[in-house]
This record gives sequence, structure tokens and C-alpha cells, in this order.
Amino acid sequence: MANSAVGVIFSNVHDENIPELSRHRTMASIPFGGRYRLIDFSLSNFVNSGITTVGIVTKYNYQSLMDHLGSGKDWDLARKDGGIILLPPYSDETDAPYTNRLEALKGITGFLNHRNEEYVVISDCDVIARVDIADIIRYHEEKGADITMTYIEEEAPIQSGYFMTLTPDEEGRVTGVKINPHLKQKTKCNVYANIMVIGREFLINIIQDAVTRGLSSFGKDILAKNVEGLRIYGYAFKGYCASIDSLEKYYAHSMELLDKNVRDELFGARDIYTKVRDSAPSKYSDGAVVKNSLISDGCEIEGTVENCILFRGVKIGKGSVVKNSIIMQDSVVGSSVTLDCVITDKNAVIRDRRHLAGCAELPYFIAKGRMI
Amino acid sequence: MQRKKECVAMLLAGGQGSRLYALTNNIAKPAVAFGGKYRIIDFPLSNCINSGIDTVGVLTQYEPLELNEYIGNGQPWDLDRSFGGVHILSPYQAKKKSSWFEGTANAIYQNLAFMQKYNPEYVLILSGDHIYKMDYAAMLKAHKATGADCTIAAIEVPMKEASRFGILNTNEDGSIYQFEEKPKQPKSNLASMGIYIFTASKLFKYLTEDDANPNSSKDFGKDVLPAMLNAGEKMFSYRFSGYWKDVGTISSLWESNMDLLGDDPAFDVSDPDWKIHSRNPLAPPEYIGDKAQVGNSLISLGCEIEGKVEHSVLSSNVVVEEGAEVVDSVLMAGSVVKKGAKVVYSIIDENTVVEEGAVVGEDKEKNAGIAVLGRNITIGAGAKVAGGQILDKDYKGE
Repeated sequence: MANSAVGVIFSNVHDENIPELSRHRTMASIPFGGRYRLIDFSLSNFVNSGITTVGIVTKYNYQSLMDHLGSGKDWDLARKDGGIILLPPYSDETDAPYTNRLEALKGITGFLNHRNEEYVVISDCDVIARVDIADIIRYHEEKGADITMTYIEEEAPIQSGYFMTLTPDEEGRVTGVKINPHLKQKTKCNVYANIMVIGREFLINIIQDAVTRGLSSFGKDILAKNVEGLRIYGYAFKGYCASIDSLEKYYAHSMELLDKNVRDELFGARDIYTKVRDSAPSKYSDGAVVKNSLISDGCEIEGTVENCILFRGVKIGKGSVVKNSIIMQDSVVGSSVTLDCVITDKNAVIRDRRHLAGCAELPYFIAKGRMI
Repeated sequence: MQRKKECVAMLLAGGQGSRLYALTNNIAKPAVAFGGKYRIIDFPLSNCINSGIDTVGVLTQYEPLELNEYIGNGQPWDLDRSFGGVHILSPYQAKKKSSWFEGTANAIYQNLAFMQKYNPEYVLILSGDHIYKMDYAAMLKAHKATGADCTIAAIEVPMKEASRFGILNTNEDGSIYQFEEKPKQPKSNLASMGIYIFTASKLFKYLTEDDANPNSSKDFGKDVLPAMLNAGEKMFSYRFSGYWKDVGTISSLWESNMDLLGDDPAFDVSDPDWKIHSRNPLAPPEYIGDKAQVGNSLISLGCEIEGKVEHSVLSSNVVVEEGAEVVDSVLMAGSVVKKGAKVVYSIIDENTVVEEGAVVGEDKEKNAGIAVLGRNITIGAGAKVAGGQILDKDYKGE
């Protein structure tokens, strides 16, 4: 059944929520969880649900994403028919590259026209969850829906940026869609979890219709204004779901991975795929002290590491104490360094005897390749 | 123009490895796990691709299922090619006769057609029993420079062990004047590493002659190399001085794993200039818990460590529960050491479970030997497995 769906991943949306990490890359290629990029979770959801054609909509800064994806073979998506298809922005003399989701969708109508699957599943990259997409499609068919939107129950308003809330009735039919609703205090809301199922031909039709009518927003003009005319259904997602809309949230959700229950839910079946790098197993030297931490392959640890997430190829020198920190790929921490609540991007170098600290609400961020 | 490959590698991977006992009950020796995430065959395959040799025939015979599956299409080693790449070569049925591979030379001879398809100038013969990093391209360069018909890689071994090897007696220029297979009174300590480069035409000629010889045991060391030398072919040694270890016994497999540990390890698998490629486990980063103590060890992806791990090598998805201890040991993928259990000076194969409070192995100093647990077995709660004991079935204790 899931073979009758094609996946579409928006790799750039919501980049602005987390400028520190998306300065040199797309939201999709933000590193997460020691050896993954955010897109790995969406891609793995597709692959594990039997969807093997995935279009990836890009806009800018997508070199790191292309490097990560390669031919798609690490997700078993190097296929003759389908597989990973990169969809860079399309523009000509009359059209500038897209500025909103609707224009982006218009730009990929060629791709959508050439497929013959019945459904399109649209997913953004800022949500980390293990979702059975086949189950959402089943629900979509049962309800005879035009559009099925997944949601999670969450305290809103969310810290920053754009969010959408749904009001489903008892049957699951969505009777209200609100965009950035004004809330006086923290309220439990059904927040759209950025995964949507929609008929392929239906989607092509509404895009074309919207373009001829000069509409500009998929959320405002199509979803919010047509809850009566369209059969929109909400699919409640109950599992672990982390949406990343700020550096603070990025930090908090990363640290949640130190909880066994969260790890079991995300990785329990060991089927989150990612690019492999052929690093050696991590090496713990005689004086190493490691507590409550996730350590990826290729690390060399000589110091103390507590409550941390270490990405691939990280080195922690002798006498250093690194706590509550996220150290990304190939970063080097010298000797006698102390770090507390620090996030280093890739290839950062922290020289001997430096002492840096942030706090959980405002982790100290060290940019890619910086030397301190 | 007909496409060709300058050099084709043939990797002998059919050996049973009977001296690894329970570890090779159901798998061929080259498929045995090593160094956390690797298998023995990763080393020659990585050496090939790192040396620019992209056509490799892997000759299998004993329990090939797991090895075949592991190699697959060769993609982890970048050996999935439309011309060349890695190919599994199993014994086959032919119109006139069908037979198992009899001896190393016969295995290669039966696959003459595979080699000839690539019209190579040179053939590299390898075995799947050793842990080492070697640039075969440099050896090939030497082979061309000396104009040899056959070049044999050689390493100096301690004189007292020399009688276990094929020994090369050489002139000053490295040319070989005598080849002795496991001599009782070795004249030199220069041992053959079982790595040969042949000029292809000579190899094909001597293999064909060897096959026709009813008195031959169809072995490179015993038959083909002596025959070439007797016929006056140009044979040279190629000296290798790096790390090279036969992991054909329980103790050498254990030692070689331990050689990866320490600040300045005898053998370094994390060399960025000579990557060891392997099929990677699909697993999240390892988790080291609050009460864990991990020192002087290699730990792989997917492990969950809550206990003590000291001077050990752990493959992927190994679980060491709270209060458990693992010392001086090699734990292969998916093995589990439950609460309060102790594993000392042991090798534990895949998916084997040591239940709560059980004790496996004895301190190295007691000289009782290495305890070995085969795959998919369970050691019952509180059971004791003595040092040097080898088990391949569930064990509940006395």
C-alpha cells in the first residue's frame, strides 16, 4: 500500500528558527544524536514504511545535504525507479526561485506529474519521531480524507517561529486550522507535526488552482480558509516527538536522548539509517571517565565526559572535563579544558586550558571550524 | 579496445579455521569478527581498494553463507563495479567434472576463466587469515622493477617460530634461491606471508601444469612455487616490516584484538590514510551509563554499558549491565553480560548471554587459558565457566 505514495521532504523550511546551526547548511542536514542528520529521521520513516521514492526540495546551502545523501545508497534509496531525487529551485526569466511553500510545490509539479503513485506524503525536517507512515495512509483512506495532517499535543505557544494548530472533532475531522494563534498563556494545543498525506492529483490540482488565483500561502490560503470545503483529518501521533525550533530546543531534545526510554523509542528497532563513514570503534583510554553519555564511532577519549553527546571522530584530551555538552563531528578538545553546556559545531578546536560554559537555556555555541 | 585490469586479486577464503573451534562452527574464518566492528576479511579487502585494486575474486568453500552475505555486492569497500568489483567464487559443477577446491592452487586454477575475463598482466594471491595493512601497489611496483615472474611478500619472524612457516632463502638482491615449506631446521627467518604476485601468463602456465600432475597436492607453497623455482623462473621476496598477525588460533585472535588497545597501539585501525572499510552496523551511538567504568577499551556503536569494562574490545550492540564486569575480553556483536556477572580473559561470540552472577573465564595470570563461548548460547545465572573452557551449547553450571 505504501508503495502507492511518494515522499516529499522540505529541506530548508524553518531554517531561520535555528540560525546558528543552519548558517552553512539546510535544516535537513543539521547534525543530531551523535551520528545522524535531521533528514535521516524523515528518510528512515519513509523507507521503513515502504516508500522508496522521495523528492527532496532544496533552496540554498544544500551542498552539505548533497554530500550527506550521496546516491542514497545508505538509505537503500539508490534506485532505478525512484530513490532519492533532489529538487533544487526552478527559475527562469519570468519566475524567481520560490519564496513560500506554495511556490515550492508549484516548482515540483513536474516531478509530481511524472509519478504514478496515488498519494504524496509531505514531511519537514524539524520533527524527530519514528512514525509509521503506512498507518497514516491507512487512516487517510479509512476517513476518505482529502488531506491528513499529523499532530501532537503540546504546550503552546512554541518558543519562536511559525506553528499551526488543528482543531479536530470527535471523528478526527479538522474544523479549524490556526496559524501562530495568539495565546495569552501556555495552553495545550494540537500542534501540526509537519507530516501530511494528500492525494497526488488532488495536490497538483490545488496548486494549479492556487497559482491561477494568485494565492501565496499553503497554510493560510489553502488549509486555514478551506476547512469546510476540504476534508482535512487530523492524525494524532502519540509517540516520542521532538520538534526543533530553536537552539535551546535543539539542546534540550538532544539531551533527552540520554534517557533510555527516548532512545528505545527512537532507535529501539535499530532502523534509523544514516551516511556511513567507516570510522573505527571509539577508544577509551586508561584515564577516561565517561558517565551518562552517548559516544559515536571514531572518538578518542582521554578525559572526563559526563552527560554529553559526542559525534563521530571527537577527541577529548587528558585532564579535560566536559559536561552537559554536545560536541559535533571531528571537533578536538585539548587537554585540561573544562566545558559545561557547550555546543560545538563540526571541526571546532578548543585548545588546552580553555574554560567555557553556558547554561541549559542558553548553551554556549561554537561555530563550525572555530578555534578557541 | 578491449577493457582490461592490470592486476586482479584472488582471495582464498575457503579455510575452515578449525583452530578457532566454536567461533567457526558455522562461519568461515574470514567472516570471524575482529576489532569491534570488523571481520577478518575487511583487512585484505580494504588493502585491495586502498592499493587501487578493484577486481577481487573471493574463493569460498567452507560455510560460505555468512561470508557471502557480508560481502554482498561489495559496496562497503567500494567494490561494487560494473567492470571488476568483488565476486564470490564458489566450487561449481562443470560439464566434464565437478569438484570441491582441492588445495590453494587448485582453487585458483578452477577459476582461471574468471581471471582471464579481465585479461590481467598480474595476479595477486591473498589469504583471508591475517590482520595487517599493506600497500599491494608498492609490492606490484617492486615486482615490475625486478622483472620477477613471482614475488612473495615476506616478513622476519622469530627464529624459533620459523619452522611453522614457508621459509624463503634469498640472495642479497632479494631473489629467492630456495623455498622450504615448514622446515625442521630453518636456514633463515624470512617467512612467506602467503601473499604472492604472479605475472599472469606464468601463473596460468604453472597452474595448468600443476593440475595435470597427478602427484601434486595442488598447493602453492608445496607444489607451484617449488616447481617455478626448479624451472628457473625469476622469483623475488618483497620485505614487509609492519604489523602482520595470523589470527588462526584462539590465543592469536585474542592477542591481535588486544594489540588495538593502549595509547600507542601495536596496530591502529583509525589511521585516516589507510581506512579499514567494513559493513557498518545500523545502530545509534553507544551509551555509557551513570555507573559505568570504561577504561582502555574499544567500544562500538549500539553498546549499552552500565558496568565495568576494562582492557576489552566490544563489538556493536553489546550490553554490560550494572555491576557486571568485563576484563581482558573480546565480546562480539549483540552479546549480553547481565547484572553482577563477570567475564574475564574470554572471547564471547555473537548474541550470547551471560546471565546474572555467572562467571566466565579466569584471570590471565592463572594461566588457565582463554574461555570461549560460541554464538547464540546462554550461560545460566550463577554458573561458572572455567578458564580455557570452550562452550558451544547452553550451560547451566555444574
